Amino acid sequence: MIRSVMVMNTQGKPRLAKFYDFQTVEKQQELIRSVFGVLCSRAENVSNFLDAASIFGPDSSLVYKHYATLYFVLVFDSSENELAMLDLIQVFVETLDKCFKNVCELDIVFNYSKIHTILDEMIFGGQVLETSSTELVKAVEEISRLESASNSITLVPKSVSGWRNR
Amino acid sequence: MASTTSSIMDTLFQRTLEDLIKGLRLQIIGESAFISKALDEIRREIKSTDSHTKSNALQKLSYLSSLHHFDMSWAAFHVVEVMSSSRFSHKKIGYHAASLSFSDSTPVLLLITNQLRKDLTNPNNEFEVSLALECLSRIATTDLCRDLTPEIFTLLSSTKIFVRKKAIALVLRVFEKYPDAVKVCFKRLVENLDSTDPHIVSAVVGVFCELTSNDPKSYLPLAPEFYRILVDSKNNWVLIKMLKIFAKLVLLEPRLAKRIVEPVCEHMRRTGAKSLMFECVRTVVSSLSDYEEAVKLAVVKIRELLLDDDPNLKYLGLNALSIVAPKHLWAVLENKEVVIKWLSDEDPNIKRESLRLVMAMVSENNVVEICRVLVNYALKSDPEFCNEILGSILSTCSRNLYEIVNDFDWYVSLLGEMSRILHCQQGDEIENQLIDICMRVRDVRPELVRVGRDLLIDPALLSNHFLYRILSAAAWVSGEYVEFSRNPFELIEALLQPRTNLLPPSIRAIYIQSAFKVLIFCLHSYLLQRESTASSYPDTSALSELASKREMPEGSDSATFKAPSHSEQDEVFNPRVSNQSFEELSVGNGGDRTISHGQTSTPVTSENSFTYEAVVNHLNLIELALGPLTGSHDVEILERVRNLLCFIELIKGEVLESLVQKEENLNSAEMKSSKIIKLMSDAFSEELGPVSVSAQERVPIPEGLVLKENLNDLEMICGDIQLPSSISFSLVSNHYEEGVGASLPDLQSKEELEPPSEATSLLAEHRKRHGLYYLSSEKNDIVANDYPPANDPKLRDNQNNDTEDLVKLTEQLLVSKKRPNQAKPRPVVVKLDGDVVPVSAKRPGPKDDSLSGAVQEVLLGSDTRTSTSRSNPSDKSSSKRKGKEKLITDPSFELNDNLGDAEKLDHENPSSRRSKHRTHGKERRHKSPGKIREEREENGQKEKKKSSHRHARHKTRQRADVPLNVVSETPVIPDFLL
Repeated sequence: MIRSVMVMNTQGKPRLAKFYDFQTVEKQQELIRSVFGVLCSRAENVSNFLDAASIFGPDSSLVYKHYATLYFVLVFDSSENELAMLDLIQVFVETLDKCFKNVCELDIVFNYSKIHTILDEMIFGGQVLETSSTELVKAVEEISRLESASNSITLVPKSVSGWRNR
Repeated sequence: MASTTSSIMDTLFQRTLEDLIKGLRLQIIGESAFISKALDEIRREIKSTDSHTKSNALQKLSYLSSLHHFDMSWAAFHVVEVMSSSRFSHKKIGYHAASLSFSDSTPVLLLITNQLRKDLTNPNNEFEVSLALECLSRIATTDLCRDLTPEIFTLLSSTKIFVRKKAIALVLRVFEKYPDAVKVCFKRLVENLDSTDPHIVSAVVGVFCELTSNDPKSYLPLAPEFYRILVDSKNNWVLIKMLKIFAKLVLLEPRLAKRIVEPVCEHMRRTGAKSLMFECVRTVVSSLSDYEEAVKLAVVKIRELLLDDDPNLKYLGLNALSIVAPKHLWAVLENKEVVIKWLSDEDPNIKRESLRLVMAMVSENNVVEICRVLVNYALKSDPEFCNEILGSILSTCSRNLYEIVNDFDWYVSLLGEMSRILHCQQGDEIENQLIDICMRVRDVRPELVRVGRDLLIDPALLSNHFLYRILSAAAWVSGEYVEFSRNPFELIEALLQPRTNLLPPSIRAIYIQSAFKVLIFCLHSYLLQRESTASSYPDTSALSELASKREMPEGSDSATFKAPSHSEQDEVFNPRVSNQSFEELSVGNGGDRTISHGQTSTPVTSENSFTYEAVVNHLNLIELALGPLTGSHDVEILERVRNLLCFIELIKGEVLESLVQKEENLNSAEMKSSKIIKLMSDAFSEELGPVSVSAQERVPIPEGLVLKENLNDLEMICGDIQLPSSISFSLVSNHYEEGVGASLPDLQSKEELEPPSEATSLLAEHRKRHGLYYLSSEKNDIVANDYPPANDPKLRDNQNNDTEDLVKLTEQLLVSKKRPNQAKPRPVVVKLDGDVVPVSAKRPGPKDDSLSGAVQEVLLGSDTRTSTSRSNPSDKSSSKRKGKEKLITDPSFELNDNLGDAEKLDHENPSSRRSKHRTHGKERRHKSPGKIREEREENGQKEKKKSSHRHARHKTRQRADVPLNVVSETPVIPDFLL
């Protein structure tokens, strides 16, 4: 089971934080901070695993990957395979790349909602449901289409009726 | 009208999330000020009646909550409103906010049940269904699960894969929160294992993997299904999960292992995916380690990983190796050079794993070499890893009472060497081990004293506060076993060197106390020496007195040593001959080792020592060094300093005088001072042994003493006294010292010693009042009025044992070179906290269970409720049973065989029988017959037993039970695979 997904930049600013068990905001902040504390002290070219027991309690491991200015972090327990989790980060980043065409930190900053949509299609309640980036992109695009459709419908009658009332 | 206008204004000019983010990046008023302004805005907007404005505000709020950690629980009701919007985009924002901010205690949860139901059953928009499912997977409570189970059940067979896979994944949460759902949904969940769609299979397998990891035994009956997937599936994700499941199941059902070994190895050989390969390896080394062939293959694969360039694979390879190490050490030894090579890797993970493996390889044959290598690595490493290395050396070597250490001289000097490593922060542990070894291993004491001296004499070490504890141990050892020292005066100088003022008071007190002991030893030796010079040949009685002071097992050794040295000296006919030879003996009293070590240097040093000038010089030195400390604010220091100074004052006059008059007056010089010195020396040379926990029990109860009556009242006091005296060595010596302090004023000059003896008198007071809790006072008062150390008889009593043990130990060490701990009933002698800890450390099992076993409880707990909540479940259950039966009649199920098996085993093994009773008792309570999926095969058997085991109605805590059940029920599990 995956416990948490985090994306943060190399200054420790969170760009995405998802916890699959309820955590209070204070706790979330603390967790993100301590994860960053460990990550930033690690050299390049070392292994991507961390024993996260001190941060997330027993039976938890952490896998991270460093892309440009961002750390992608997955926290999970013993029912996941470390290398598979590493692959999953890869899938996530690939999907982002397909959705945003050469993804960079700014894309993630400005597309809060879409990033969550992608993540939710991939990981559901801590379980991995989709590992193909093509499928992910398909689903996400459909959802986005639906979103904008429902939005455009809203605005027009809204304003028209507003004017009429006047 | 006005509200409409404002809503339009809001709609038109409201900042969107994007505006907010941009603003946040460009703000100049400071982030927190900007955010609090934005929050004010949001608070206003979110109350808007316009759903667009409202949802927009909520989205901004979610963003701030998620990434800037602002609480949004206050907006819960607005979240519910937005969730119920008919527009998808708004709904999505609402659901996202809900899954972000709702917890079990959110009050508005009660309001969303219907909304969720509506969305879950939305036939037109699968994405809305998916939104509801997603949200539920995060926030579902028991109530929600109970109310929505029917809808989720329907979705489990939805034709839309997109929705179905999510419903399946949601089942995990539902089972956890609402165990009764098991009886509704489980069958359909299992059916999904047969699905042809890889997404569905992957989702179900994921759910079962989670369920199994919490409660493996319940899912054993599904083994045939799992096996089929393990063999047939081509999906690496699914296979990995399958391996995880089997890794658990195999531990419960060894027969299963035989079946899966082949497929697992097949996957290991064939797959190109490292993740799957590693999972196969891990499964083999952790669960199939009895299968030689499989392990060999796994080790080959591990080696591949170890030699890979990717640090991740290296790390995992080492990881797997350390799993395999306890059972197949050869696998580690085979890769020894690689493992040691990775010790110097730049990656801390890899270094740490290698270290663990290296420590796993340590045995008594190679411990010296490995420690040498490791200490070299420690010297080169960063502080953190250096301490990890040192820590693991210390813990490995001290394991099982130094089981693997044969050569204690080597080990002690290793400890000394480790103390000097720059980053060493293992002071506490090294201190403990120095003292511990000193107590346990008699033969090593001379070497210990030497190591201690080297540490004490180095002024540089006094500036490293990590070393203080070690230094205190060294000081204690040097004081206590000063007779092994080659140059006691040097010790006094070291103990009183100016830089000792850097030490914390408690340790300084030990230094001073040790200096006291050394001084007494010097004076005593000096006196003996003088006597011997006076009476032209060595006073054999004095000698033997010295020699016998410590009942040395090797007393004969020292005797044999005496002879050659005498003859040797005699040949020279040097005027100082007798003198010198005597010194040698007194210095090396009992510790022939010291002398044999430094045969050449000893005479030289001893020639210088114990001269009149040396004694006077050092008396002056002590007075000079300690004088300023009489004003110390620390009680410990103050007391010791006073003791020492008063003592010096006491004897100094006479010593000087007697020496001035030299020979003529010798007999009169044979007076108070020398008597005092002798007495003190006797007191100090009394060996401090470790005190057994049960020492008190061995003390015979004096007649007329009614122990039980008072014990209740005074338990507290008694505890106070007992604990400190038996736990730490320094306190023991405190008592000792107090005893001495008390004895001094008895002898004379009470007024002089008034201040320091205050504590002593308090103690004496206490002792008078609670005399019977002091072990020895009575005896001691009679035997040796002057020196009543509080725990003397205790010590003596058990010192004998200790001595015996030590003799045994050393014999074994020296002669047989075997593991020293076999013949040692050690724990009785010395209480080591470490001895106790491992035992209690095995306890956390139940605790873990209670935490992680949630799902376990789900499955068992569900049954309880079934039987109580449904008065007549027969209709439903029978139909369900049919479904079950279908499953059961799957090709290879043979229930009857199985039953027989189980019965047989039941009779063979009384303990399993007992636990079984309990199980049945419980199950009977919890289940309505035939209802529960996995236990179906047991049912018949259960019915039979029902009547006969009425009494076994223990309502035990289920969780605690589980491990037992696991054992006892294992044989009941079907043979399908066999």
